[in-house]
Amino acid sequence: MKVQQISVFIENKTGRLAEVTRVLGGADISIRALSLADTSDFGILRLIVDQTDKAQAILRQDGFTVSKTEVVAIEVPDRPKGLNEILEILEQAGINVEYMYAFVDRRGGRAIIIFRFEDIEKALATLPKSGVQLIKSEIFQTP
Amino acid sequence: MIWNDDFETLPREAIEALQLKRLQQTVARVQATVPFYREHFARAGVSADQIGSLQDLRRLPFTLKQDLRDNYPYGLFAVPLEQIVRIHASSGTTGKPTVVGYTRRDIETWSELMARSFAAAGADKGDVIHNAYGYGLFTGGLGAHYGAERIGASVIPMSGGNTKKQIMIMQDFGSTVLTCTPSYCLFLAEAAAEEGLDIRNFKLRVGIHGAEPWSEKMREEIEQKLGIKAIDIYGLSEILGPGVGIECIEAQNGLHIWEDHFIPEIINPESGEVLPHGEHGELVITTITKEGIPLIRYRTRDITRLLPEPCICGRTHMRLKRMSGRSDDMLIIRGVNVFPSQIESVLFNIEGIDPHYQLVVDREGNLDTLEVQVEVNEKTFSDEVKEMQNLSRRIRKDIKDLLGVTCSVRLVEPKTLARSEGKAVRVIDKRKSLDS
Repeated sequence: MKVQQISVFIENKTGRLAEVTRVLGGADISIRALSLADTSDFGILRLIVDQTDKAQAILRQDGFTVSKTEVVAIEVPDRPKGLNEILEILEQAGINVEYMYAFVDRRGGRAIIIFRFEDIEKALATLPKSGVQLIKSEIFQTP
Repeated sequence: MIWNDDFETLPREAIEALQLKRLQQTVARVQATVPFYREHFARAGVSADQIGSLQDLRRLPFTLKQDLRDNYPYGLFAVPLEQIVRIHASSGTTGKPTVVGYTRRDIETWSELMARSFAAAGADKGDVIHNAYGYGLFTGGLGAHYGAERIGASVIPMSGGNTKKQIMIMQDFGSTVLTCTPSYCLFLAEAAAEEGLDIRNFKLRVGIHGAEPWSEKMREEIEQKLGIKAIDIYGLSEILGPGVGIECIEAQNGLHIWEDHFIPEIINPESGEVLPHGEHGELVITTITKEGIPLIRYRTRDITRLLPEPCICGRTHMRLKRMSGRSDDMLIIRGVNVFPSQIESVLFNIEGIDPHYQLVVDREGNLDTLEVQVEVNEKTFSDEVKEMQNLSRRIRKDIKDLLGVTCSVRLVEPKTLARSEGKAVRVIDKRKSLDS
């Protein structure tokens, strides 16, 4: 139930982000979710796309530094306390979150949160037992 | 292999006797034929007949790069122009170029010393020597070319640039020896990898690299990335060009300076005082066989030390420790002396870091600032901000620990720092433009 995420190193310079989306767009790759972590000098763009390997290859070809990371996508009920319930489960199990970002899946009436865990295996072993709904990577692919 | 056994393994006393004889001849000749030297010696209150021993060398005044500039173009030539068969010049990026001329015998000497150098690096007549030093006014290309022909190797006169073609030829022609600057060498490896080629599978065996200071770590990097032995060569156009000194492949530790043609001294760059063997300082060279433009006690600005100990290769000529920088490249940052090569060695000690870096020195208010720009690659890149910040912090800390200088670190995208086909530009000193 792991989901592949690609990360791209981006200098804080005008037009670099647009260059990434231009390259992806040019290769007909759809972005499903993204987050940008930024510092004063550089940013790290994290992307879930429909064709991970292809995206990684063409971004590399364009001179970007790209890495692939395994993350977990979790379904959260789209209502008050939805996220809090998940975080409490993680806290009780002692599972450390490196970072996370969320988006709302309108069709499914749910929120999806992408988690990068310090120990992904432990998270995968624990979460389903507590009734947390993991999302399969297939939903990010274009049908 | 030793190219010229007679001279390369001369006992010390014989070297010194030969040096004295040749020094006396050279000093007498420049005093007689070069007005600059006649006046220069007179001002210092010394003349050729006072040179009775090698110790007397230090009575003679230094020659500076500025003296070549002041006498531009031909003022320091010791023979009439009709005896000069070749003219080279430095790049002249900081003003008028320094011009040097070679007589037919000088070209012979140069070829001979480059042949010795190739042999010391383990090259032989069966080798295919891929010469990627620039041909032209710069001495690197033709200097290496003539030496390579002298040993009977097959020379490919590539010159610099045109990287894709370099790689194709290197692969198709089966080049076994590569001569180029150390930074260009790594650039070639990188460019080959981009084309999906592993340069380690080529026939290359030895690289002979010089024309810019480089570190031991950079050697390791080159040897590993190209699968070759990387040999350090030294030279400067004012003295001859490449082939003034070279490491032997047996020891790869220090560059034998051909003492039957040059007398090296190490001085304190500030006081001019001659330092004992083993101490760090500026290299001063006196040419004792050159005809076209002999130079007496030329201050090279290169920082090194002399290793007089015998070498395992059997050559008796003293060695120069790898150049740690140039006294005029030395950055003074908030009062601390910093050589770019020191920062380079810090970076190389950090796992995964690429050799591509640039130093930007500036001034804010009255305070010097140093920014170290380092390219991120897939080995050093992490999707976690804290990991990337750890990397910056680590670089900052290691530089502070080693050099005592606080710097800022800027992580930049790969291939954004300028690649050089000749000498790498490592330092951008914005303070210089503030001064002028």
